Amino acid sequence: MESLIEFSDFTFKYRSQTEPTLYDINLKINRGEKILIIGPSGSGKSTLAHCINGLVPFSYSGETKGDLKIKGKDHKKLGIFDISKVVGTVLQDSDGQFVALTVAEDIAFALENDIVVQSEMRERVKKVAGQVEIEDFLSQSPTELSGGQKQRVSMAGVMIDDVEVLLFDEPLANLDPSTGKRAIALIDDLKKQEDKTVIIIEHRLEDALYKDVDRIILISEGRIVSDTAPAELLCSDMLIRNGIREPLYITALKHAGCVITEEDHPEHIETMDLSDHAHKVRDFYKTIGRKNDNISTETILEVKDLSFSYDNEKPVLKDINIAVRKGEMIAIVGKNGAGKSTLASLICGFNSPDKGSILLNGSDISPLSIKERGEKIGLVMQNPNHMMSKPMIFDETALGLRTRGVSEEEIKERVNKTLKICGLYPFRNWPVSALSYGQKKRVTIASILVMDPEIIILDEPTAGQDYRHYTEIMEFLKGLHEESGITIIMITHDMHLMLEYTDRAIVLADGRVLMDAAPSRVLTDEEIAERAYLKKTSLYDLALKCDMKDPSDFVEKFIYFERSERARGDLYG
Amino acid sequence: MADHSRLLSYEKKDSPIHRLSGFTKLVFFLSWSVTSMLTYDTIVLIIMIVLSTVMYAVSRTKWSQVATVFKFILLFLSINILAIFFFSPYQGCDIYGQKTVICHLFGSYYLTVEQLFYEFNIILKYFTFVPAVFIFLVTTDPSELAASLNRIGVSYNICYSLALALRYIPDVQDNFRNIKNSGQARGIEMSKKASLINRIKETTGIIFPLVFSSMDRIETISNAMELRGFGKHKKRTWYSERKLLKEDILMICASLLFCVCAIIYTYHDGSRFYNDVFAPYFMAPR
Repeated sequence: MESLIEFSDFTFKYRSQTEPTLYDINLKINRGEKILIIGPSGSGKSTLAHCINGLVPFSYSGETKGDLKIKGKDHKKLGIFDISKVVGTVLQDSDGQFVALTVAEDIAFALENDIVVQSEMRERVKKVAGQVEIEDFLSQSPTELSGGQKQRVSMAGVMIDDVEVLLFDEPLANLDPSTGKRAIALIDDLKKQEDKTVIIIEHRLEDALYKDVDRIILISEGRIVSDTAPAELLCSDMLIRNGIREPLYITALKHAGCVITEEDHPEHIETMDLSDHAHKVRDFYKTIGRKNDNISTETILEVKDLSFSYDNEKPVLKDINIAVRKGEMIAIVGKNGAGKSTLASLICGFNSPDKGSILLNGSDISPLSIKERGEKIGLVMQNPNHMMSKPMIFDETALGLRTRGVSEEEIKERVNKTLKICGLYPFRNWPVSALSYGQKKRVTIASILVMDPEIIILDEPTAGQDYRHYTEIMEFLKGLHEESGITIIMITHDMHLMLEYTDRAIVLADGRVLMDAAPSRVLTDEEIAERAYLKKTSLYDLALKCDMKDPSDFVEKFIYFERSERARGDLYG
Repeated sequence: MADHSRLLSYEKKDSPIHRLSGFTKLVFFLSWSVTSMLTYDTIVLIIMIVLSTVMYAVSRTKWSQVATVFKFILLFLSINILAIFFFSPYQGCDIYGQKTVICHLFGSYYLTVEQLFYEFNIILKYFTFVPAVFIFLVTTDPSELAASLNRIGVSYNICYSLALALRYIPDVQDNFRNIKNSGQARGIEMSKKASLINRIKETTGIIFPLVFSSMDRIETISNAMELRGFGKHKKRTWYSERKLLKEDILMICASLLFCVCAIIYTYHDGSRFYNDVFAPYFMAPR
């Protein structure tokens, strides 16, 4: 078979760093293969992608050792433009990569740079837009599209060059679960129809495995630690050891004491052979239980008949009724654009509702200003960079207190206490810029907590985080919730988060509340999952395949079991 | 009801002005600017104000798209007018060659008819120019503008940078709004309740996160552009370039003709400041 990309004993060090990011990479990717590259944040998987598409060494310079051949030629001799004719890259942040104001023009960008005449451009744009089913949006602005459509535009933009390799950098990162599933299916179709070589970089393994891949390359600390067929990898313990989350049904099977082998075809729950395992799972189900949490019956936040629209024509929210009890940890879920963030902005007073009211502890908060609401309801925004305005961590955390005229003495005491809770006390005199993304996120949480709010709302608290950081942030929030009893509302489209960490999920779809129930009920209801662009959990399929009478109950109990396992630290030593 | 219009950014609409090509609008804008900068002829200025008001209406520009910037321009105009008076109170007298005192103000400052007339013309100049800028910015698709600039010989690197900058105005505004909201929730008072000085001070606090998040975007976008072959050749084509239609040719001719006529008329009496219609009422014949 012809190899398109071949690394041999390849080592790379960024100019600004002292240690190499990639060590001794030996990797051969053949024409027509479909490869999944996984690894935790900072493992070097993005750098590997940059080597393949030419950003290394042409945009990010550094030292290389060993060889990298693309279509048999040394990558340094090719140059980034020649490489871009072979490898088309769909970047992770699809918003950031749009260069033009209309979809058509964005798709045509590569052709413009190749001095293709206008009439030919129009024809080719039309054709490729048809392939990814976006021909109806050609004259719209890419930023007005939904997450899934945006990704299709990016795909069309690289496919127009008729590249041989399609490289996807975290294609699932900004998509809701069901859109992500469709993106994976589309990639699979393209590979089959257009005979492309496909490389997908992801850390969400279960979702990426929705369609078959030929090989999975696991990267950890700059080295390739595993390069095998998916079945073999799933049977081993390499994933857990390297901070990658296994598919949930695999975790459940392992907990039930099943030994999974390649012959069981563990890649998909739908096609997996469970004949040897079903009885063990049923036995395991009998041993797990769930104790009821004592949640107060006192309502802290109540949203009544709330309606809102940005343009007075298309309602974003319609007749929303929600009651949040004191000390609850709940999730607001739904597809991108369902109105989740808008609801938060109404609660915080950034926008005012067209109709309806919001009550805090029984009294209407409509007369309160943004600042006054901020003392009782804290909002942690999705992007921590949007919240940081002071260079030092201590000052950033103290900001809210200083603006409220609290004495310096009290500020010092409260800030230090909060920083201790957030595990940031040792860094209190550091500049904010020295922190990692996850740590910055914690600073933003600290800067809200310090004001002692009654409710804290987090917008996509784990977006863009790998499993290790996800666990770190969520365990921190859970600990905080248990200790202080603060009410936590999370806006998310992460199914794992809602299943594992919340007591209740409010599902929004098309501006209305579609369901308000326990997460395990939401994620086992096929109709709801379909309408709200969620994805039913693979645990549900596992329970069905093991002939259980109440699959939702199994899901709920298993999640509870796993939560307590995690609390004991068994899973991640 | 939230206001979602963005300041001074291109909005797609269907108006006769939107339908003109970017090149036409560029030619109009440049010739209009030249005229409005050169002339002090009150007649020409008044005609230009009438024309630009008509065009503003035809372009269906919403007041909310330009209101804030317009207020800033008014503020700047007032400062400019006062500054001219304080630094050269008899500029008008020098130009028109006589001094008709209305009253004594203070110190060595006297209010004169000539100075008032001179500054009145300056105000008119602002009002001919400002609507043209607004119309140009909100009706011209940035990519098409880049294509037009490239056509008249500007390097496409510069054209594209300009187009990107214009394209990111709305994004930066959204970001700004987000950051401002989170700051307000943490108690930074930026609404009308706070004093102007404090608002300005607190607003500068937003600039840092705004710059940092914009820097991230610049890195992403430049990678994305490079990966798709930007800068490979000395030339490039433009998907959104429009062929000039009959209306465009007409408009280009009309703009240039107007520019030439206005300048000839302005200079026909020997000075660009003097004019036959208004000047005789308060000036001795030359």
